[in-house]
Amino acid sequence: MGVSIEVNSLNAWYGTNHTLQDITLHIPANEATALIGPSGCGKSTFVRCLNRMHETNPIGKVTGEVKVGGVDIYSDISAVEVRRRIGMVFQRPNPFPTMSIYDNVASGLRLNGYRNRRVLDEVVERSLKHAALWDEVKDDLKKKSGASLSGGQQQRLCIARALAVDPEVLLMDEPASALDPVSTAKIEDLIFQLKVQYTIVIVTHNMQQAARVAERTGFFLNGKMIEFDSTHKIFTNPSDKRTEDYITGRFG
Amino acid sequence: MNHLASVLAVLATILVIAPLVAIFIDLVYKGTSSLNLNFFTKIPAPVGEEGGGMANAIVGSAVLLGLASLLGIPMGIAAGIYLAEYGRGTKLSNVVRFTADVLNGVPSIVMGVAVYALVVVPSKGYSALAGGVALGIMMIPTVARTTEEMLLMVPHSIREAALGLGVPTWRSMVSITLKTAMPGVITGCMLAFARVAGETAPLIFTAFGNQFWSTSLNQPIAALPLQIYVYALSPYDEWHRLAWAGSLVLIALIVVSVSLVRYVTTRGVLKGAS
Repeated sequence: MGVSIEVNSLNAWYGTNHTLQDITLHIPANEATALIGPSGCGKSTFVRCLNRMHETNPIGKVTGEVKVGGVDIYSDISAVEVRRRIGMVFQRPNPFPTMSIYDNVASGLRLNGYRNRRVLDEVVERSLKHAALWDEVKDDLKKKSGASLSGGQQQRLCIARALAVDPEVLLMDEPASALDPVSTAKIEDLIFQLKVQYTIVIVTHNMQQAARVAERTGFFLNGKMIEFDSTHKIFTNPSDKRTEDYITGRFG
Repeated sequence: MNHLASVLAVLATILVIAPLVAIFIDLVYKGTSSLNLNFFTKIPAPVGEEGGGMANAIVGSAVLLGLASLLGIPMGIAAGIYLAEYGRGTKLSNVVRFTADVLNGVPSIVMGVAVYALVVVPSKGYSALAGGVALGIMMIPTVARTTEEMLLMVPHSIREAALGLGVPTWRSMVSITLKTAMPGVITGCMLAFARVAGETAPLIFTAFGNQFWSTSLNQPIAALPLQIYVYALSPYDEWHRLAWAGSLVLIALIVVSVSLVRYVTTRGVLKGAS
């Protein structure tokens, strides 16, 4: 089941660049929450702080508190443990090129030491079905490389890979921005099904996409969160003038 | 104009390939006439006697190259990993990189003298081990630098994918990054291997050569390049012929071992893997 995320006065830097300034918000469990805003506004940095990927950059720095299901991910557990609980799907599909489709999905478990063939078989099948990819690849699971699939299939493979380690939260950093409309629609359908089991945070450039998939939407601008509310409210009656300007396409 | 450029390119290509082909033809022509079963099974015959072979030198070369690979490949790969992953941008990594490049340019005879002082003198004798150390050290820079280059070519997104799955950094390094770079790393190892397989100079002061059977690591050991060197400089026609045959066998062994490694390591590659 998904868990809620509590963020308190989160700040992040790249070197001296203060990319996230004092972000506080509550992301409810088992919903999709969209983050929108112009390029460089800090929304990607924000999701990367939610699974401690930001600190893998040598010049990245974070302060503040992030509680996922009541656990403070910056003090209670290790970064590796955090990333096991909070899955991430990146902007560009990034399957492991030397691995088969099967091995890609099983990689998260295998690299953490799971060896039981029967369990792995089950997990791979379940994850691929969850990611709506099973029917397309079931015949060459171990024959084809993950890199031989189409872009949209690769992205669903990456989603399956993230789901296989059974996370509580799924972070998606512009998961459809490199995909064609048909593949994008498939990913969006997927988000609807996935939020029954997971809490989803999705960064997107595409405002229609936010409106379609998310219950709540946050608007970021220049490292600050300007407004966070139900998606309906943000898109029909925003409280902040800057949100309205962005939604109506006056800038960004 | 375009026509001229392509003609020039083709000419240059022929110019590059011609010496190699000429050497190879000459080698096959002069080498095969002395190749027989004795060459592979007998040790060198005393001066004045007919026959004899280079069995001990073939085995000796295998032992020396095995020792060299055992030392040079793991150390080279480890250094390459350090350069590409852990030490990026640090002062130490710049020092290591510079040292590797200089080491690569050190004349092989100097390497032989250095290992003579470091290994042969303290252990009071020429030995297979000393020869293996000399060749192994010569392999390190090539292996280290190719490993570094190949690891840097692995896209950052692949590393992030592994980290994002909750895989510890070291595990992602070994099982994802290094594995993705493996074909290139193996090419680097093979280059280094092929280069030292033909080295004579560093062995003169270390492995020394041996006219008799020996596979002992602390005794002088025969090696194909050394044997070829001695035979080619001798005044006897019979020995000259054996030197030709030895050269052909040396080249054939290098080609076979490199192809074998290539075959074995590319066997499991999947459809569509890049």
